[in-house]
Amino acid sequence: MIRIESLSKSFTLHNQGSAVIPVMAGASLTVAPGECVGLTGQSGAGKSTLMRMVYGNYLTAGGRLIVGDLDVATAEPRQIIALRRHTLGYVSQFLRVVPRVPTLDVVAEPLLALGTPAEDARDRAASLLRRLNIPERLWSLSPTTFSGGEQQRVNIARGFAHTYPALLLDEPTASLDAANREVVLTLIEEAKARGAAILGIFHDEGARARVCDRLVDVTGFTPRLAA
Amino acid sequence: MLDAGSQAEAYNFAYLDEQTKRMIRRAILKGIAVPGYQVPFASREMPMPYGWGTGGVQVTAACLVPEDRLKVIDQGADDTTNAVSIRRFFQRTAGVAVTEATSEATVIQTRHRIPEVPLTAGQILVYQVPIPEPLRFLEPRETETRKMHELEEYGLMHVKLYEDIARHGQIATSYAYPVKVEGRYVMDPSPIPKFDNPKLAGNPAIQLFGAGREQRIYALPPWTKAVSLDFDDHPFETSKAPHDCDLCGAKDSYLDEVITDDAGGRMYVCSDTDFCAGRRARGMKGRLWAPEPEGVA
Amino acid sequence: MTVMEKLVATDQPLLRVDGLTKRYGPRIGCADVTFDLYPGEVLGIVGESGSGKSTLLSCLAGHQRADLGRISYDGRDVLAMSETERRRLSRTDWAYVHQNPRDGLRMGVSAGGNVGERLMAVGARHYGQIRGKAVDWLGRVEIAVDRVDDRPSAFSGGMQQRLQIARNLVTGPRLVFMDEPTGGLDVSVQARLLDLLRGLVRDLGLSVIIVTHDLAVVRLLAHRLMVMKSGRVVEQGLTDQVLDDPQHAYTQLLVSSVLQA
Repeated sequence: MIRIESLSKSFTLHNQGSAVIPVMAGASLTVAPGECVGLTGQSGAGKSTLMRMVYGNYLTAGGRLIVGDLDVATAEPRQIIALRRHTLGYVSQFLRVVPRVPTLDVVAEPLLALGTPAEDARDRAASLLRRLNIPERLWSLSPTTFSGGEQQRVNIARGFAHTYPALLLDEPTASLDAANREVVLTLIEEAKARGAAILGIFHDEGARARVCDRLVDVTGFTPRLAA
Repeated sequence: MLDAGSQAEAYNFAYLDEQTKRMIRRAILKGIAVPGYQVPFASREMPMPYGWGTGGVQVTAACLVPEDRLKVIDQGADDTTNAVSIRRFFQRTAGVAVTEATSEATVIQTRHRIPEVPLTAGQILVYQVPIPEPLRFLEPRETETRKMHELEEYGLMHVKLYEDIARHGQIATSYAYPVKVEGRYVMDPSPIPKFDNPKLAGNPAIQLFGAGREQRIYALPPWTKAVSLDFDDHPFETSKAPHDCDLCGAKDSYLDEVITDDAGGRMYVCSDTDFCAGRRARGMKGRLWAPEPEGVA
Repeated sequence: MTVMEKLVATDQPLLRVDGLTKRYGPRIGCADVTFDLYPGEVLGIVGESGSGKSTLLSCLAGHQRADLGRISYDGRDVLAMSETERRRLSRTDWAYVHQNPRDGLRMGVSAGGNVGERLMAVGARHYGQIRGKAVDWLGRVEIAVDRVDDRPSAFSGGMQQRLQIARNLVTGPRLVFMDEPTGGLDVSVQARLLDLLRGLVRDLGLSVIIVTHDLAVVRLLAHRLMVMKSGRVVEQGLTDQVLDDPQHAYTQLLVSSVLQA
């Protein structure tokens, strides 16, 4: 489902003497449907960078980056928009939403964007919020006012609202208590069971051991510093 | 030139010089050729202030020939200051015959009314127009209103009527009620009561509109279609005071309300003085009619 | 649902712009601008004052005439259209939301009349139906229905802007031009407007071109982003990609100059 071949990436800082900073080279990995692959490596080794490239958030310098049947490395913006809408979900560590929008609508939005009838979308959102123990009295409020843990759970609910065939998870269990951690891990297992390909970053070793089928150390993708 | 009376020697016939009259006639002909379209013309200074009918006077001057018989009315009356002074003006400068009888006049200059007696082929009705632009109410920019006429963008006219209904429950515009001419130009018929609007359409007379300050002339040739704007669910309706004329008893003429004392007393009389007098002369009497002393018309 | 399915099904751009150039004498207004806009897409245009973004928008909307280039809307050559045709398009298929609602509203006309004007302009002649639609649209932009007969001068800035949006969308346009629509509004009012716009774009399948200098606004509203400098497009791409991984020196400067909220 996800196939990465000799991917490379560098940043050019035009406003700092046009310094070119290579951050990735020769990255390769695959994630099959129903499989969960965990990225490991030191902080700053490029785990998040790789995830962002898969999502089309960072451009790639070279190589191939296939999600489904689309090469994200060369795709048109509108193809990536469609990919994100239908195929590729992303649970980031940050919640970025329009302030004031009720939590229920934030979670239902990916479904509404697909054309799901509003009632069905809200039902699905409600069941996820309930599972993730977000009290119903908060559903009509904007998540921007929530605690870190609550925001994280809203983010997860949003990421799992649509049954994406491929999912990117960036620290989905960070800042969660045991009960909610269990819910999230179950959600991941259910996604795998229905055939989703999952690429994730898990600092939580227990979680990693439980849901990941394989681990890939991104340290191997760090470019050797040339002179 | 003409023997136009003792004091008129210093003037050309009908005050304006021939060049100016030709210029105005060209504008009139263009207006007749494009019904409802406002034709610009180089309005002249006239020996009366704007608002006194300078546009109508220039159009009348350009139309008059020595054989004409002129009638001038203001709000339907032949005897108000404005009507009297314009009638005298043409008596002095053109020496034409004058009349108060609608049926005898060949040219009628009017402010704010169409006579009750139906006009006939060959007659010319000249309207005095203060503001010729029907779109002015909502769009003050002249460049934009011209563009709107050019492109037939008349939605705004209905916005005005919409506002009327929203505010008053019905179309409250009761005078200067806009009409669409021959399915093309929307036209302001000058501040005539909407009671008169049906007479604009299919009229055998030539109707000319002159706006002096705004320098515009427009026209309705005989038998022209002029449809009052409205909504499907709020159709155009004429209106008048629900009374008969207290002098002549007419049931279907446009009435003026006259306050007769300070105790709420009032009477309703025909605004068209010639029409009313004609009926009374034929022996028709209203509620308050009483024979007047000798010597009063 | 049908709207989205249609969008997915159509693979033809709604608007194609090719080499659009506008000069003011020797000065460049905008130069060689080329892009496609698909149904349901929101395109943000950012850049500092004088970058040409407003010139570009007014050329696209037909308020100014471009010197060079082509604009094709739904397969029709916009620059070759007669003015009648183009103005008809801008009353039906297109909409333009001004930064200052006073420029886009008739301040002397009631809210209902403002919304109804476009309907009447295209021939609606049934007062009850016009009013019904106006009331419906006031509700959709969250203006209390009992304000239908009030003039916009009695409204707050945010309400005026929402009224302007209702007035523009009532005829079901497919392409909406927006010039700094959240400009001059308080932050909380902005948020409400952004939410409203997102919902309308999604539910009606609108294509939108939005000019702004507010990067936070485009991040939340625009699918794609174009960055302009000195009349030229220096970078374009997915909105979050351009903002998070800018390639051009100017974009990097622009993004790094923004205070993080």
